[in-house]
Amino acid sequence: MDASAAGLLGMGIAAAGFAGSGIGIGLIFSKMIEAVARQPAAEAQISKYMWIGFALVEAIALFGMVIAFIIMGLRG
Amino acid sequence: MENPLHHFELHPILPLHLFGIDISINKAVIMMWIACGLVLLFFYLATRRASLVPRRLQSVAEKAVEFLRGMAVQNIGPLGHKFFPFIATLFFFVLANNVIGLIPGSYTPTSQIIVTGFFALLVYGVSLVLGFARHGLHFFTVLTPAGTPGWLFPLMIPIEVISQLSRPITLAVRLFANMTAGHIILTVLFSLMLVAPVYLGVFYIGIVPFAMSILIYGLELFVAFIQAYIFTILACVYLGESVKLH
Repeated sequence: MDASAAGLLGMGIAAAGFAGSGIGIGLIFSKMIEAVARQPAAEAQISKYMWIGFALVEAIALFGMVIAFIIMGLRG
Repeated sequence: MENPLHHFELHPILPLHLFGIDISINKAVIMMWIACGLVLLFFYLATRRASLVPRRLQSVAEKAVEFLRGMAVQNIGPLGHKFFPFIATLFFFVLANNVIGLIPGSYTPTSQIIVTGFFALLVYGVSLVLGFARHGLHFFTVLTPAGTPGWLFPLMIPIEVISQLSRPITLAVRLFANMTAGHIILTVLFSLMLVAPVYLGVFYIGIVPFAMSILIYGLELFVAFIQAYIFTILACVYLGESVKLH
């Protein structure tokens, strides 16, 4: 395989990390809805932690993008 | 389609060298100065005619400061009052840097990893100095959470060392990647808006990426705030851990 083609494929595979983050964000919001349905009074408290969790999970996906950047930098 | 990373490149406007170190003034530096100026201007305007019953701007500033002080004290303990200026400066500077990049034609200083990396190293350095100053060599017990049985030490200590050392890296990369990714998405959508009608031959198809770009712009505004908040709350948690040793 051509070296530059392998680099492009690697960048694409690094983007696959976003799938895990998608599952994570889905879990966070589904649990949030479940929790609010059980205890509507606690919504304000739960939503604070939900947004923190959302930002942390989203950031994990972006680490995959950083790896794509590293590969891009190595390709020159 | 032009390279979406093109607008992250920095070129010196005023080349400066001090003892062999490149301290050239570039777009990011000027934007950071503007961000500093905006924060100072906001607090000047908010506290210019401070009254017991706050007006609109003053109540915004008071709410923000109260919120940050609560966050610092809740995570660090009574020492949080002393660290509140540091925490508040960090929050408002990161927030101003994040938000200023959303103005078309400007630049996001936090999309350079050297900027966020320095913030992260500063936070981590302060937490280490604080820990050693308060506890001396006893600070090393931070590597073994309370109640860990002795036979787990060979396993726990390497894991905790890695988790400690990855803190400044994750802190820096999280902010940098969020800001950079948002701007790349916006660039791609804007280029698509211009390119798609030409390639597909349908003039109105450009509306789809344009509508998407408005939604993503709103998300980016939200992300700018939430990432500043995350950065600050993690700084509070790390400082708090240095004070309380788990």
